[in-house]
Amino acid sequence: MSPVGAIARKEIRSYFVSPIASVIASVFLLIMGGFTYLFILTTSNRSLQMLRVQGNLPDLNINELVFRSMFHDMAVVMLLVIPILTMRLFAEEQKLKTMELLLTSPLTVTDIVLGKFLGVLTVFAGMLGLSAVAPLALAPFAEFRWAPIFTGYLGALLLGGLFLSAGLLASGLTENQIIAVILSFGALLLFWILGWAGQLLSESALGKILFYLSPIDHFENLVKGLVETKDLVYFATGIAFTLFLTHRVIDSRRWR
Amino acid sequence: MIQVEHLTKQYGPKTAIADVSFSVEKGKVLAFLGPNGAGKTTTMRILTGSLPATAGRARVSGFDCFHQPMDVKRSLGYLPETPPLYSEMTVTEYLTFVGRIKGLGPSRLPKALDQVIEQVSLGAVRGRLIAHLSHGFKQRVGLAQALLHDPPVLILDEPTSGLDPRQIIEIRELIKGLAGSHTIVLSTHILPEATAVAQRVVIIHEGRIVAEDTQEQLSARLRRSEKVSLTLKQPPLDARERFLTLPGVLSVHQEDETTFLIETELGRDLRDDLARFTVGHNWGLLELKLVTMSLEDVFLRLTQQEEGVVDGAAVPGEEDRP
Repeated sequence: MSPVGAIARKEIRSYFVSPIASVIASVFLLIMGGFTYLFILTTSNRSLQMLRVQGNLPDLNINELVFRSMFHDMAVVMLLVIPILTMRLFAEEQKLKTMELLLTSPLTVTDIVLGKFLGVLTVFAGMLGLSAVAPLALAPFAEFRWAPIFTGYLGALLLGGLFLSAGLLASGLTENQIIAVILSFGALLLFWILGWAGQLLSESALGKILFYLSPIDHFENLVKGLVETKDLVYFATGIAFTLFLTHRVIDSRRWR
Repeated sequence: MIQVEHLTKQYGPKTAIADVSFSVEKGKVLAFLGPNGAGKTTTMRILTGSLPATAGRARVSGFDCFHQPMDVKRSLGYLPETPPLYSEMTVTEYLTFVGRIKGLGPSRLPKALDQVIEQVSLGAVRGRLIAHLSHGFKQRVGLAQALLHDPPVLILDEPTSGLDPRQIIEIRELIKGLAGSHTIVLSTHILPEATAVAQRVVIIHEGRIVAEDTQEQLSARLRRSEKVSLTLKQPPLDARERFLTLPGVLSVHQEDETTFLIETELGRDLRDDLARFTVGHNWGLLELKLVTMSLEDVFLRLTQQEEGVVDGAAVPGEEDRP
């Protein structure tokens, strides 16, 4: 087994032997389920109202009314749960001194960083996959297009990947898990705010840069069903750059 | 097998080790002795290839610890002071993970696992969670981790710290058994441990090597004179002066009413003369013994006067310990 695979497998395992993954996944799925249910309820109420007023069943856009809102809320919930999912990745190893085992084994820092990232990404993808119960359950009762849902999930996976890499970086900076959570929270919210600020200043060059840096718009395109290279490149470079920073941080901690 | 030349490590303005040089031959055991904070762990971590040195060179199995860290890491097993254990894993799961990151393939891993479990007697607990193991067993799992890929070099940082006396003896026996087929560097701040397992002792204090030699050589080198301890039943009041009249006696120190510490010229054993002298005067000779310097004395002596010590050389000048 490759060293990256060995680390990834160990991370996945340790999420499941402790209650962390199951608690986080339960909360995530519960909130997502609640939101989606409310969106479906609102949509069906609205269609009943229109039926009463107009006398015929309106042609409502389920993709627009239910799933777009679901993905928006998913992004917010991810903002809340991902820092908690990633906080232990490096902080715990540094606290318990198990980092010494990894650093004195024939592994490169790249192996360690990639292994941990792929491990937590797999756990997150599993969580995300379970939330797909919502569209599947709705399919027999309503008509909607699957393509935007697939691209929406792709967007959620990429956005999640970016958040996870930021969380990994934060966890590498400290041996205190609480500090890791706060750092990654702060960083993610800051990028969110940058997007808003960019929208407000959209006329100026600075506004455009800020807007580009924030993940909001790139995610939004995928949720709308638009798969564009520029958005994919944004996520890929964002993740790669954050992982590179993590590599630098872990490598430099060795010197101290 | 291990060569360390002029190694220096600075953490910011603080110097952890300065100009440390030593070497270990294949199959030998070297003990690093020094108080806590002397720089033992720093030196060992540099040897493992995980901590870069500020200056100097270290080579393990012919590989440079800075330029070829992967080769170094493959050829050594390291047990840090705190065994790096994942408490939520069972012993077998943990060692399987370690085997994978040490590069043991699925064909070699099960055999290596059984072998190491046998070697450090972990058979009874192999299915248990590490969190539930006693301190002694945890230490063994740590040792198993270092031995798993059968490296020619072992670096053990305080392998017996925090163990009970029976466990200490077991671990020491284990280390002695590994010597010969493995080159071992271990650190300790417990002196008898160094003598129990190592052929060579390096004494390190405040980041500098204050002495490096075999234990016998170290005590011999620091000994300026032979000392004899003498206990009499009824010594006369002027016993001290009377002893001084004997040829070869350098000084006499009265420890208490009946015990004298007599210092004589180096290489001259006066025990016979002293016995005849005291018996002839009918002073009631109760005990007569040659005082040898323990490693403890050597250690204290070296570390208490480090300002007078020049790199590895013996203590110059000299007063006496009473």
